Amino acid sequence: MARRATPEVNAGSMADIAFLLLIFFLVTTTIEKDSGIGRQLPPKEPPTDEQVKIKEKNLFIVNVNREDQLLVEQNLMDLKDLRQAAIEFLDNGGAPAGSPEYCDYCKGSRNPESSDNPDKAVISVQNDRLTSYKMYIAVQNELVAAYNYLRDRESQRLYGWKFTEMTKNLNEGKIKGEVAKEQLQEKLQTIQKLFPQKLSEAEPKKSGS
Amino acid sequence: MSKFRKKKSNELPPVSTASLPDIVFMLLFFFMVVTVLRDDNLLVQNKLPKADQVEKLKKDRSVYIYAGKPSARYQESFGTEAKIQIGDKYTDISNIKFALTEARQKLRPELQDKVMVALKVDEETNTGMVTDIKQELRDLNMLKIIYITTPGNELD
Repeated sequence: MARRATPEVNAGSMADIAFLLLIFFLVTTTIEKDSGIGRQLPPKEPPTDEQVKIKEKNLFIVNVNREDQLLVEQNLMDLKDLRQAAIEFLDNGGAPAGSPEYCDYCKGSRNPESSDNPDKAVISVQNDRLTSYKMYIAVQNELVAAYNYLRDRESQRLYGWKFTEMTKNLNEGKIKGEVAKEQLQEKLQTIQKLFPQKLSEAEPKKSGS
Repeated sequence: MSKFRKKKSNELPPVSTASLPDIVFMLLFFFMVVTVLRDDNLLVQNKLPKADQVEKLKKDRSVYIYAGKPSARYQESFGTEAKIQIGDKYTDISNIKFALTEARQKLRPELQDKVMVALKVDEETNTGMVTDIKQELRDLNMLKIIYITTPGNELD
Protein backbone atom coordinates (compact mmCIF):
# COMPACT_ATOMS: atom_id res chain seq x y z
CA MET A 1 0.00 0.00 0.00
CA ALA A 2 2.84 2.31 0.82
CA ARG A 3 4.70 2.48 -2.42
CA ARG A 4 3.59 1.47 -5.80
CA ALA A 5 5.82 1.91 -8.78
CA THR A 6 4.23 4.47 -11.08
CA PRO A 7 3.44 2.76 -14.33
CA GLU A 8 5.28 4.21 -17.28
CA VAL A 9 3.26 6.11 -19.80
CA ASN A 10 3.29 4.41 -23.12
CA ALA A 11 5.01 6.76 -25.53
CA GLY A 12 4.52 4.53 -28.51
CA SER A 13 1.70 6.64 -29.92
CA MET A 14 3.74 9.82 -29.65
CA ALA A 15 5.00 9.29 -33.17
CA ASP A 16 1.44 8.98 -34.47
CA ILE A 17 0.37 12.21 -32.85
CA ALA A 18 3.40 14.00 -34.17
CA PHE A 19 2.77 12.62 -37.64
CA LEU A 20 -0.77 13.85 -37.54
CA LEU A 21 0.35 17.35 -36.68
CA LEU A 22 3.11 17.18 -39.25
CA ILE A 23 0.70 16.27 -41.99
CA PHE A 24 -1.62 19.08 -41.00
CA PHE A 25 1.16 21.65 -41.25
CA LEU A 26 2.48 20.13 -44.46
CA VAL A 27 -0.90 20.57 -46.06
CA THR A 28 -1.57 24.10 -44.84
CA THR A 29 1.90 25.44 -45.57
CA THR A 30 2.20 27.87 -48.40
CA ILE A 31 5.74 29.09 -48.58
CA GLU A 32 4.82 32.24 -50.38
CA LYS A 33 7.53 34.20 -52.04
CA ASP A 34 5.97 37.22 -53.58
CA SER A 35 8.04 39.27 -55.93
CA GLY A 36 7.20 41.93 -58.41
CA ILE A 37 8.04 45.23 -60.04
CA GLY A 38 8.49 48.01 -57.53
CA ARG A 39 7.44 51.56 -58.25
CA GLN A 40 7.52 54.87 -56.48
CA LEU A 41 4.45 56.95 -57.18
CA PRO A 42 4.87 60.69 -57.64
CA PRO A 43 3.63 62.58 -54.60
CA LYS A 44 0.56 64.71 -54.92
CA GLU A 45 1.52 68.31 -55.32
CA PRO A 46 -0.59 71.39 -55.72
CA PRO A 47 -0.91 72.22 -59.40
CA THR A 48 1.59 74.76 -60.58
CA ASP A 49 1.56 76.86 -63.70
CA GLU A 50 5.21 76.12 -64.20
CA GLN A 51 5.66 73.63 -66.97
CA VAL A 52 8.75 71.50 -66.99
CA LYS A 53 10.11 71.62 -70.47
CA ILE A 54 11.48 68.42 -71.87
CA LYS A 55 12.90 68.50 -75.33
CA GLU A 56 11.14 66.35 -77.84
CA LYS A 57 14.30 64.40 -78.54
CA ASN A 58 14.78 63.54 -74.87
CA LEU A 59 11.36 61.99 -74.66
CA PHE A 60 10.66 58.40 -75.58
CA ILE A 61 6.94 57.96 -75.88
CA VAL A 62 5.45 54.51 -75.55
CA ASN A 63 1.78 54.41 -76.32
CA VAL A 64 -0.38 51.39 -75.61
CA ASN A 65 -3.86 51.35 -77.03
CA ARG A 66 -6.97 49.43 -76.01
CA GLU A 67 -6.11 46.58 -78.36
CA ASP A 68 -2.77 46.15 -76.57
CA GLN A 69 -0.82 47.44 -79.53
CA LEU A 70 2.38 49.39 -79.05
CA LEU A 71 3.14 52.71 -80.64
CA VAL A 72 6.72 53.71 -79.92
CA GLU A 73 7.84 57.11 -81.16
CA GLN A 74 4.99 57.10 -83.69
CA ASN A 75 5.90 53.66 -85.04
CA LEU A 76 4.08 50.42 -84.49
CA MET A 77 6.33 48.03 -82.65
CA ASP A 78 6.28 44.49 -81.32
CA LEU A 79 6.81 43.97 -77.63
CA LYS A 80 9.96 41.97 -78.24
CA ASP A 81 11.67 44.95 -79.90
CA LEU A 82 10.81 47.39 -77.14
CA ARG A 83 13.73 46.54 -74.87
CA GLN A 84 16.33 47.11 -77.57
CA ALA A 85 14.67 50.35 -78.68
CA ALA A 86 14.68 51.65 -75.11
CA ILE A 87 18.32 50.69 -74.63
CA GLU A 88 19.29 52.50 -77.81
CA PHE A 89 17.39 55.58 -76.74
CA LEU A 90 18.85 55.71 -73.22
CA ASP A 91 22.37 54.89 -74.28
CA ASN A 92 22.40 57.29 -77.20
CA GLY A 93 24.39 60.16 -75.68
CA GLY A 94 23.63 62.61 -78.45
CA ALA A 95 25.12 65.69 -76.82
CA PRO A 96 28.27 66.80 -78.67
CA ALA A 97 31.67 66.10 -77.14
CA GLY A 98 32.89 68.98 -75.00
CA SER A 99 29.46 70.23 -73.99
CA PRO A 100 28.49 69.91 -70.28
CA GLU A 101 25.83 67.39 -71.21
CA TYR A 102 28.30 65.10 -72.91
CA CYS A 103 27.98 61.50 -71.80
CA ASP A 104 31.36 59.81 -71.72
CA TYR A 105 30.16 56.35 -70.75
CA CYS A 106 27.44 56.03 -73.37
CA LYS A 107 28.09 53.52 -76.10
CA GLY A 108 25.16 54.38 -78.32
CA SER A 109 25.05 55.75 -81.83
CA ARG A 110 25.35 59.42 -80.67
CA ASN A 111 22.51 60.40 -82.91
CA PRO A 112 21.84 64.14 -82.36
CA GLU A 113 18.15 63.50 -83.04
CA SER A 114 17.82 61.22 -80.02
CA SER A 115 18.45 61.71 -76.28
CA ASP A 116 21.30 63.93 -75.04
CA ASN A 117 22.36 61.77 -72.12
CA PRO A 118 20.77 59.17 -69.81
CA ASP A 119 20.11 61.80 -67.17
CA LYS A 120 17.98 63.83 -69.56
CA ALA A 121 16.25 60.90 -71.19
CA VAL A 122 12.71 60.31 -70.05
CA ILE A 123 10.53 57.39 -71.01
CA SER A 124 6.87 58.21 -70.99
CA VAL A 125 4.26 55.48 -71.02
CA GLN A 126 0.74 56.32 -72.04
CA ASN A 127 -1.97 53.78 -71.51
CA ASP A 128 -5.54 53.57 -72.49
CA ARG A 129 -7.93 52.78 -69.68
CA LEU A 130 -8.88 49.60 -71.48
CA THR A 131 -5.32 48.34 -71.91
CA SER A 132 -5.02 44.98 -70.24
CA TYR A 133 -3.01 44.78 -67.07
CA LYS A 134 -1.00 41.96 -68.58
CA MET A 135 0.24 44.22 -71.35
CA TYR A 136 0.89 47.05 -68.93
CA ILE A 137 3.15 44.85 -66.81
CA ALA A 138 4.86 43.42 -69.87
CA VAL A 139 5.72 46.94 -71.07
CA GLN A 140 6.94 48.00 -67.63
CA ASN A 141 9.00 44.82 -67.41
CA GLU A 142 10.71 45.48 -70.72
CA LEU A 143 11.53 49.07 -69.77
CA VAL A 144 12.95 48.05 -66.40
CA ALA A 145 14.92 45.38 -68.23
CA ALA A 146 16.44 48.07 -70.46
CA TYR A 147 17.56 50.06 -67.44
CA ASN A 148 18.89 46.96 -65.73
CA TYR A 149 20.86 46.01 -68.81
CA LEU A 150 22.60 49.36 -68.95
CA ARG A 151 23.18 49.49 -65.21
CA ASP A 152 24.64 46.00 -65.29
CA ARG A 153 26.98 47.04 -68.06
CA GLU A 154 28.29 50.09 -66.24
CA SER A 155 28.51 48.26 -62.95
CA GLN A 156 30.50 45.50 -64.58
CA ARG A 157 32.85 48.04 -66.08
CA LEU A 158 33.39 50.03 -62.88
CA TYR A 159 33.25 47.38 -60.18
CA GLY A 160 33.30 44.06 -62.00
CA TRP A 161 30.01 43.11 -60.45
CA LYS A 162 26.56 43.30 -61.98
CA PHE A 163 24.13 45.84 -60.59
CA THR A 164 21.27 43.37 -60.29
CA GLU A 165 23.50 40.89 -58.46
CA MET A 166 24.69 43.57 -56.07
CA THR A 167 21.14 44.52 -55.23
CA LYS A 168 20.16 40.90 -54.81
CA ASN A 169 23.05 40.15 -52.48
CA LEU A 170 22.31 43.22 -50.43
CA ASN A 171 18.63 42.43 -50.11
CA GLU A 172 19.24 38.83 -49.17
CA GLY A 173 21.57 39.89 -46.41
CA LYS A 174 24.60 38.13 -47.85
CA ILE A 175 26.77 41.18 -47.26
CA LYS A 176 28.14 41.10 -43.74
CA GLY A 177 29.28 44.11 -41.79
CA GLU A 178 28.06 47.69 -41.75
CA VAL A 179 31.05 49.07 -43.64
CA ALA A 180 30.72 46.65 -46.52
CA LYS A 181 27.01 47.40 -46.72
CA GLU A 182 27.57 51.12 -46.88
CA GLN A 183 30.22 50.77 -49.52
CA LEU A 184 27.91 48.70 -51.63
CA GLN A 185 25.07 51.17 -51.15
CA GLU A 186 27.39 53.89 -52.40
CA LYS A 187 28.31 51.90 -55.46
CA LEU A 188 24.65 51.27 -56.19
CA GLN A 189 23.91 54.95 -55.92
CA THR A 190 26.72 55.81 -58.31
CA ILE A 191 25.31 53.45 -60.87
CA GLN A 192 21.81 54.75 -60.31
CA LYS A 193 23.10 58.22 -60.95
CA LEU A 194 24.62 57.15 -64.26
CA PHE A 195 21.33 55.71 -65.43
CA PRO A 196 18.54 57.23 -63.35
CA GLN A 197 15.23 55.51 -63.87
CA LYS A 198 13.02 58.17 -65.36
CA LEU A 199 9.82 56.44 -66.20
CA SER A 200 6.89 58.74 -66.35
CA GLU A 201 3.31 57.70 -66.62
CA ALA A 202 0.78 59.92 -68.18
CA GLU A 203 -2.77 59.90 -66.91
CA PRO A 204 -4.51 57.32 -69.03
CA LYS A 205 -6.78 58.60 -71.68
CA LYS A 206 -10.42 57.81 -71.67
CA SER A 207 -11.10 55.07 -74.09
CA GLY A 208 -12.00 56.18 -77.56
CA SER A 209 -10.33 59.56 -77.37
CA MET B 1 36.34 -20.63 -32.45
CA SER B 2 33.03 -21.46 -31.01
CA LYS B 3 33.45 -18.60 -28.63
CA PHE B 4 33.14 -16.17 -31.51
CA ARG B 5 30.43 -17.92 -33.36
CA LYS B 6 28.11 -17.89 -30.43
CA LYS B 7 27.80 -14.12 -30.37
CA LYS B 8 26.47 -13.85 -33.88
CA SER B 9 22.82 -14.57 -34.25
CA ASN B 10 21.43 -15.28 -37.68
CA GLU B 11 18.57 -12.79 -37.39
CA LEU B 12 18.96 -9.18 -38.30
CA PRO B 13 18.54 -6.92 -35.32
CA PRO B 14 15.36 -4.87 -35.63
CA VAL B 15 15.84 -1.22 -36.56
CA SER B 16 15.24 0.88 -33.54
CA THR B 17 12.33 3.23 -34.00
CA ALA B 18 12.90 5.00 -30.76
CA SER B 19 14.26 8.11 -32.47
CA LEU B 20 11.39 8.30 -34.92
CA PRO B 21 9.34 10.69 -32.77
CA ASP B 22 12.35 12.96 -32.51
CA ILE B 23 12.76 13.10 -36.26
CA VAL B 24 9.09 13.72 -36.78
CA PHE B 25 9.05 16.42 -34.13
CA MET B 26 11.96 18.13 -35.80
CA LEU B 27 10.08 18.20 -39.10
CA LEU B 28 6.96 19.32 -37.32
CA PHE B 29 8.70 22.27 -35.72
CA PHE B 30 10.21 23.24 -39.05
CA PHE B 31 6.83 23.35 -40.74
CA MET B 32 5.22 25.09 -37.79
CA VAL B 33 7.78 27.85 -38.01
CA VAL B 34 7.62 28.39 -41.76
CA THR B 35 3.86 28.08 -42.05
CA VAL B 36 1.98 31.22 -42.83
CA LEU B 37 -1.67 30.49 -42.60
CA ARG B 38 -3.39 32.29 -45.42
CA ASP B 39 -4.95 35.33 -43.87
CA ASP B 40 -6.80 36.53 -46.90
CA ASN B 41 -9.50 34.51 -48.49
CA LEU B 42 -9.37 35.20 -52.18
CA LEU B 43 -12.66 36.47 -53.51
CA VAL B 44 -11.38 37.43 -56.94
CA GLN B 45 -9.71 35.60 -59.76
CA ASN B 46 -6.03 36.13 -59.44
CA LYS B 47 -3.93 35.03 -62.35
CA LEU B 48 -0.91 37.26 -62.09
CA PRO B 49 0.98 38.56 -65.11
CA LYS B 50 4.52 37.39 -65.76
CA ALA B 51 7.67 39.43 -65.32
CA ASP B 52 11.33 38.72 -64.76
CA GLN B 53 12.83 42.05 -63.69
CA VAL B 54 11.57 41.70 -60.16
CA GLU B 55 12.46 42.51 -56.61
CA LYS B 56 11.37 40.67 -53.51
CA LEU B 57 8.53 41.86 -51.38
CA LYS B 58 9.18 42.65 -47.76
CA LYS B 59 6.24 40.96 -46.18
CA ASP B 60 6.32 42.56 -42.78
CA ARG B 61 5.63 46.01 -44.14
CA SER B 62 3.15 45.37 -46.88
CA VAL B 63 -0.54 45.76 -47.39
CA TYR B 64 -2.24 43.72 -50.05
CA ILE B 65 -4.78 44.90 -52.57
CA TYR B 66 -6.37 42.32 -54.80
CA ALA B 67 -8.30 43.11 -57.93
CA GLY B 68 -9.94 41.13 -60.64
CA LYS B 69 -13.19 39.54 -61.64
CA PRO B 70 -15.07 37.86 -58.79
CA SER B 71 -14.28 34.16 -58.43
CA ALA B 72 -16.59 31.75 -60.20
CA ARG B 73 -18.64 30.95 -57.11
CA TYR B 74 -19.31 34.62 -56.35
CA GLN B 75 -20.15 35.64 -59.88
CA GLU B 76 -23.81 34.88 -59.43
CA SER B 77 -24.21 37.43 -56.68
CA PHE B 78 -21.56 39.97 -57.63
CA GLY B 79 -21.51 39.86 -61.42
CA THR B 80 -18.47 39.68 -63.63
CA GLU B 81 -17.23 43.26 -63.38
CA ALA B 82 -13.73 43.56 -61.92
CA LYS B 83 -13.71 44.27 -58.21
CA ILE B 84 -11.20 45.31 -55.58
CA GLN B 85 -10.59 43.24 -52.49
CA ILE B 86 -8.80 44.39 -49.37
CA GLY B 87 -8.60 42.05 -46.41
CA ASP B 88 -11.50 39.67 -46.55
CA LYS B 89 -14.09 41.68 -48.39
CA TYR B 90 -14.84 43.55 -51.56
CA THR B 91 -14.14 47.23 -51.38
CA ASP B 92 -15.47 50.01 -53.48
CA ILE B 93 -12.97 52.41 -55.04
CA SER B 94 -14.31 55.24 -52.88
CA ASN B 95 -13.83 53.16 -49.76
CA ILE B 96 -10.21 52.22 -50.42
CA LYS B 97 -8.76 54.91 -48.21
CA PHE B 98 -10.59 53.71 -45.16
CA ALA B 99 -9.80 50.06 -45.80
CA LEU B 100 -6.13 50.78 -46.36
CA THR B 101 -5.76 52.88 -43.26
CA GLU B 102 -7.31 50.05 -41.33
CA ALA B 103 -4.96 47.51 -42.92
CA ARG B 104 -1.96 49.69 -42.19
CA GLN B 105 -2.80 49.80 -38.51
CA LYS B 106 -2.37 46.06 -38.31
CA LEU B 107 1.32 46.37 -39.15
CA ARG B 108 4.04 46.79 -36.56
CA PRO B 109 4.12 50.42 -35.43
CA GLU B 110 7.71 51.10 -36.43
CA LEU B 111 7.03 49.93 -39.97
CA GLN B 112 3.82 51.78 -40.51
CA ASP B 113 5.36 54.71 -42.31
CA LYS B 114 7.51 52.45 -44.47
CA VAL B 115 4.43 50.71 -45.73
CA MET B 116 4.52 49.14 -49.15
CA VAL B 117 1.38 48.39 -51.10
CA ALA B 118 1.40 45.10 -52.93
CA LEU B 119 -0.96 45.05 -55.89
CA LYS B 120 -2.13 41.61 -56.84
CA VAL B 121 -4.12 42.25 -59.93
CA ASP B 122 -5.49 39.72 -62.36
CA GLU B 123 -3.96 39.95 -65.79
CA GLU B 124 -7.33 40.38 -67.48
CA THR B 125 -8.15 43.55 -65.59
CA ASN B 126 -8.15 46.91 -67.31
CA THR B 127 -5.34 49.32 -66.56
CA GLY B 128 -7.91 51.98 -65.76
CA MET B 129 -8.79 50.27 -62.51
CA VAL B 130 -5.15 50.11 -61.47
CA THR B 131 -4.79 53.79 -62.25
CA ASP B 132 -7.77 54.59 -60.06
CA ILE B 133 -6.18 52.65 -57.21
CA LYS B 134 -2.90 54.47 -57.71
CA GLN B 135 -4.64 57.83 -57.56
CA GLU B 136 -6.17 56.88 -54.22
CA LEU B 137 -2.77 55.76 -52.98
CA ARG B 138 -1.28 59.08 -53.93
CA ASP B 139 -4.00 60.82 -51.97
CA LEU B 140 -3.13 58.67 -48.98
CA ASN B 141 0.57 59.31 -49.46
CA MET B 142 1.36 55.63 -49.68
CA LEU B 143 3.74 55.96 -52.55
CA LYS B 144 5.74 52.78 -52.53
CA ILE B 145 3.94 50.15 -54.52
CA ILE B 146 4.86 46.82 -55.99
CA TYR B 147 3.05 44.99 -58.75
CA ILE B 148 3.17 41.35 -57.75
CA THR B 149 3.96 39.10 -60.68
CA THR B 150 4.80 35.47 -61.31
CA PRO B 151 8.19 34.48 -62.68
CA GLY B 152 8.39 34.17 -66.43
CA ASN B 153 8.23 36.45 -69.38
CA GLU B 154 5.30 37.55 -71.47
CA LEU B 155 7.38 37.11 -74.62
CA ASP B 156 7.87 33.37 -74.25
